[in-house]
Amino acid sequence: MFGLFKKATLLTTAAGCLALGATPSFAEIKIGSVLAVTGPASFLGDPEKKTLDMLVEAVNAKGGINGEPVTLIVYDSGADANKARTFATRLVEDDEVNVVIGGSATGSTMAMIPVFAENDIPFISLAGAVEIIDPVNSWVFKTPHTDRMACEKIFADLKARGLTKVGLISGTGGFGKSMRAQCLDVAPAKGIEVVADETYGPKDADMTPQLTNIKNTDGLQAVVNPGFGQGPAIVTRNYRQLGIEVPLYQSHGVASKGFIDLAGEAANGVRLPATALLVADQLAESDPQREVVTSYKAAYEEKYGEPVSTFGGYAYDAFMLMKAALETAGSTDGEAVRAAIEGTKGYLGVTGAFNMSADDHLGLDSSAFRMLEIKDGAWTIVE
Amino acid sequence: MDRFLPSPTARILLALLAILALAPLVFPSTFYYRIFTLISINAIVVIGLVILLGYAGQISLGHAGFVGLGAYANAIGPTHLGLPPLLALVLGAALSAALAWLVGRPILKLRGLYLAVVTLGFGILVQMVLVNESWLTGGPDGMAVEDLGLVSLVKALGLKMKTAQVWYVFSGLMLLLAAWVALNLRDSPTGRALRSLHDSEVAARTVGINVARYKLIAFVLSAVFASVGGSLLALFNRFVTPDVAGFIHSVELVTMSVLGGAASVLGGIAGAALLTTLPQALTVFHDFETVILGLIMMGVAIFMPDGLLPNLANRAKRTRRTNR
Repeated sequence: MFGLFKKATLLTTAAGCLALGATPSFAEIKIGSVLAVTGPASFLGDPEKKTLDMLVEAVNAKGGINGEPVTLIVYDSGADANKARTFATRLVEDDEVNVVIGGSATGSTMAMIPVFAENDIPFISLAGAVEIIDPVNSWVFKTPHTDRMACEKIFADLKARGLTKVGLISGTGGFGKSMRAQCLDVAPAKGIEVVADETYGPKDADMTPQLTNIKNTDGLQAVVNPGFGQGPAIVTRNYRQLGIEVPLYQSHGVASKGFIDLAGEAANGVRLPATALLVADQLAESDPQREVVTSYKAAYEEKYGEPVSTFGGYAYDAFMLMKAALETAGSTDGEAVRAAIEGTKGYLGVTGAFNMSADDHLGLDSSAFRMLEIKDGAWTIVE
Repeated sequence: MDRFLPSPTARILLALLAILALAPLVFPSTFYYRIFTLISINAIVVIGLVILLGYAGQISLGHAGFVGLGAYANAIGPTHLGLPPLLALVLGAALSAALAWLVGRPILKLRGLYLAVVTLGFGILVQMVLVNESWLTGGPDGMAVEDLGLVSLVKALGLKMKTAQVWYVFSGLMLLLAAWVALNLRDSPTGRALRSLHDSEVAARTVGINVARYKLIAFVLSAVFASVGGSLLALFNRFVTPDVAGFIHSVELVTMSVLGGAASVLGGIAGAALLTTLPQALTVFHDFETVILGLIMMGVAIFMPDGLLPNLANRAKRTRRTNR
């Protein structure tokens, strides 16, 4: 008997837990979000969640959107696409959210898109790859620039310096691989010749052999390193150890203080395309982005006591675009909000100026990138 | 008394059927259909592990590799080769069986933990191929999967059901099929041979059982279960990423089977149900989710070494006996 009773309690506890997860619905605006708060992509999801928490709190303190209080429901996907899909279904069917922000990585975003598109829910993704918005799905938008724009920005800077022969050293992780393909694709149009093309594994601890190959390539004038995480820091250190003289370019994937800390002295002289957020204090008084960037940076750093990152900035812009669209629509009607996001013109965010249209659900151009150079362990603007 | 009741196998299947039929009555929203579909799909994979781990006593740390093969068979087959999804599922299962046979044949002649080590490597290899061959698999960001056409089929029959509900029924039926195969295997001569070598390989050999052959059968069967589960997951999600073949997923699968009770089909299902629903129930605790999950696993391992279900069943039996 005791055993049976125990079994029954266990079942009721489990049922109770499940019931707790379901929240009753009020007349309020519900924003759903699935982010990689923990796990290998937590450097993306963590600042994104903190940013959304902070913004929702601020908006509610001012009376909400359209006079309605805003509720934010965040689930942690741990960067697992299968989990993300489950949480997406939960947001739609159980929590009955009105709009969704999130999907820290491309894989989980792509897994969630059908759920939101089938249920007419406007969705702004925070992930990088161009496939999210190309081909355009009418319900799906995104805020981070694409890796293609990063290549274009780097190549434009190279041209301006009169350098045309570059060596590529790319990580084989998702980001590095995608950016390498995009760089190879845009290079001819930008008048750039790729003279060396090496790769390294995401967990490799030494890139000296690949860099030696690149160093020995005839006519080499610059090196570009598409990659993410610790790889670029190792490349940068090895680069200096081998005494390679030509300029080194990193991608926006390393645009956080962590990279400078990891690469140390070697980071000095490295150039990379990044958002204005990293150089908020150095923006000219006349710079139109100055106000939004400095106020977000100040608010975030005061609340959490840690430096802002580019990735939190993507969440900031996604929330602001969504807020503006909800206000324009004047309701939470899916189609009206969707159309309002699509009609966004001249929204100046921390990532750049957004001008959406029916065929452009990102709305940024490469002017959103600033070319930065690391000097004495700090970001400086190159103009 | 027992003569008037159906056989134990039929009783277990009837109980499962009853649970599956009655559960929707208490579902607060369609989201729960999805959770139960995931439980059924995970349970199919875990039942395969019950055959390997529970019946034959062999451990595999790379079963997610077979799940990945099945999942990607259904992603690659229809997209690149134009195969119908069901054929892709069958081909994926056949490929998994062939690979399991190739890998298992030399290894299972040995005793000890060799299979665990080799399958560990196998799973990692599968994931590496899925990540690196991006022209075929879409790389680390995964790829979309074509529709099985279940929903349109149901609509053509004139029934109005949501996607998750259709899948709930379909995956439930597949689970019953998997359970039926595994339960019948248990009481077949093969199953008896497997269980004998679980207890003692030496003793099994002395009574004339070809130990290596039976271990191989169990391994190949469990690979087929995993592959079919993977195909179903891909078809249900309509999207796959290489995580599905990852080491963490392998460990989750082994944990599910050990947690519920590795030697029993129902235990495997219970383990799959527990580990699939817990993360959903624990979202309230955010950061402590993994800690709580770990504590539950440790608790079960220490206090219920046979697994959750066999342990509860034994206690119930013992109390009934004392009450008599």
